[in-house]
Amino acid sequence: MKRPVAAPARRFSSRFHAGAVAPYLFVAPWVIGFLAFTLGPLLFSLYISFFDWPLVGEPQFIGLQNYTTIITDDADFVRSLKVTLTFAAMFVPANLIVALLLAMLLNQPMFASGFFRAAFYVPSIISGVALVTIWSWLLSHEYGVINYMLSLLGIGQINWLGSPNWAPVSIVLVSLWSVGATMLIFLAGLKSISKELYEAASLSGVGKIGQFFLITLPLLSPVLLFNLVTTVIAAFQQLTLALLLTKGGPVKSTYMLAMYIYDNAFKYQDMGYAAAMSWLMLLLIIALTVAIFKFSSMWVFYETEVKGEKP
Amino acid sequence: MKERRSIPGSVAKWGALVAVTLMFLFPFYWTLVTAIKAKPELLTWPPTWWPADAQWDNFAAAWAAQPFGTYLKNSAIVTVLSTIGQLLSSSLVAFGFARFDFPGRNFLFMVLLAAMMVPWDVTMIPLYMEFNWLGWINTLKPLIVPAWFGAPFFIFLLRQFIMSIPRELDEAAKMDGASVFQIYWKIHLPLMLPALVLVGTFQFLAAWNDYLGPLIFLNDESMYTLTLGLARFKTLHDTNLTALAAMTIILCLPPLVLFLTAQRYIMDSSLSSGIKG
Repeated sequence: MKRPVAAPARRFSSRFHAGAVAPYLFVAPWVIGFLAFTLGPLLFSLYISFFDWPLVGEPQFIGLQNYTTIITDDADFVRSLKVTLTFAAMFVPANLIVALLLAMLLNQPMFASGFFRAAFYVPSIISGVALVTIWSWLLSHEYGVINYMLSLLGIGQINWLGSPNWAPVSIVLVSLWSVGATMLIFLAGLKSISKELYEAASLSGVGKIGQFFLITLPLLSPVLLFNLVTTVIAAFQQLTLALLLTKGGPVKSTYMLAMYIYDNAFKYQDMGYAAAMSWLMLLLIIALTVAIFKFSSMWVFYETEVKGEKP
Repeated sequence: MKERRSIPGSVAKWGALVAVTLMFLFPFYWTLVTAIKAKPELLTWPPTWWPADAQWDNFAAAWAAQPFGTYLKNSAIVTVLSTIGQLLSSSLVAFGFARFDFPGRNFLFMVLLAAMMVPWDVTMIPLYMEFNWLGWINTLKPLIVPAWFGAPFFIFLLRQFIMSIPRELDEAAKMDGASVFQIYWKIHLPLMLPALVLVGTFQFLAAWNDYLGPLIFLNDESMYTLTLGLARFKTLHDTNLTALAAMTIILCLPPLVLFLTAQRYIMDSSLSSGIKG
């Protein structure tokens, strides 16, 4: 009695077993990679942030000392944090506004729209290193073609990269050249807004500007939220331009947090200190993201809500 | 939709389009012009819009100024191997997430989405130490191996694509005796082609353009990639503008060619599979 029952059960369970393992085999590469190259390093970096951990030599446990030093006794940290926040305050609105304006321009019915879309997007596909070599020559103080064009308009030479006031602005301007990805996401959002809404508004006498504030902006707000979060994160991580275009200068006016972390790790080889600082930056990014999402309920509308209310 | 066309409005639109297009494309043009000018002509004021005597052999001179052949070889190895790895691993994992119901799937998928947000600044220090411990510093491995384990964004994108393929296809193949791996390999991979072109293009661009990875993981000049070689050349020979511009053009060429070839896929897919998913 027992055997005939047990045998199919075992066969069933072994088949079930093979079926149960297969999915894990498929996702295993990512799980292993995530543990080895993301979660593992993330936790390890938290661990070493409690140590005085030189690249070469014995690590020494020092508790929270790295964190307290950074917060209470590191003028360069405070300065680079200020530089980063100032940069973000310019970079985020500039990128969002320009990306949105370009997307609206491309969203007009027109001839050769594919060409223009490609032309606006193409600078986004080149390397940050190429971006830097191209723009450091365009923005050259004495021989730069941009200063030449400005002189035709009667504007005097601007020391784009050599003056502490202009250097952060220059980095923002250069970053606008590769605004293409943000622009494409806005464009996708614009294309999904129903044309009838604009027609109806037009018929009831709402002008173009009114339509923008009553239709475009509310319906685009989920996309705006997404772009806002990714742009804020990008602002904090900006490193290539600071390293190569201005080298953090002049007089540390573009010495951003990411660059200070990089220097602590790879120039001063103080891995524990740099790790602690990178965790502070991560916490700051998380706090900002959470705050943005919290406040988003005040200005982000989802289509279901808007359909009910007539502008 | 009937578009009421006003002449001033249309002039403004086309004026804006042409002006913005010029702003986006002019830097490329100016870099090319800079690359083929004779050195003295670079410093003339006002600048000339086209060189009096185009020096096309500036490209050859620039190429010879540094071991750019070696850098190109390293860049090519990293780009090709990481792209192959990314295509295989991301599609495999995406298939797992899209086609199986297994305990822990939703949790793992949420972890995957969260992993997209982890900033590189936080992991670069421990990654350096990890690769140092593995003896991989100053080899190309740190730039290639991680790509063989899939990347969250690409997995997400391919998963969305597989979800749109009818399950009946899988069922039919299963009736014919195909194993799950054969279903993935013989049915889904070919069907995924447009999405794979997109993932391949993005991975190619990311690997080819990467600067911070090579900067941190490579020390020896013989291991440099093109971006790192060009950046170093810029710090050492900041005044050799024609060579810098010429190398910049060369660095930009593969991405530009790829973009023009795969443009249809990039523009379409970014639009359709953006956050509206």
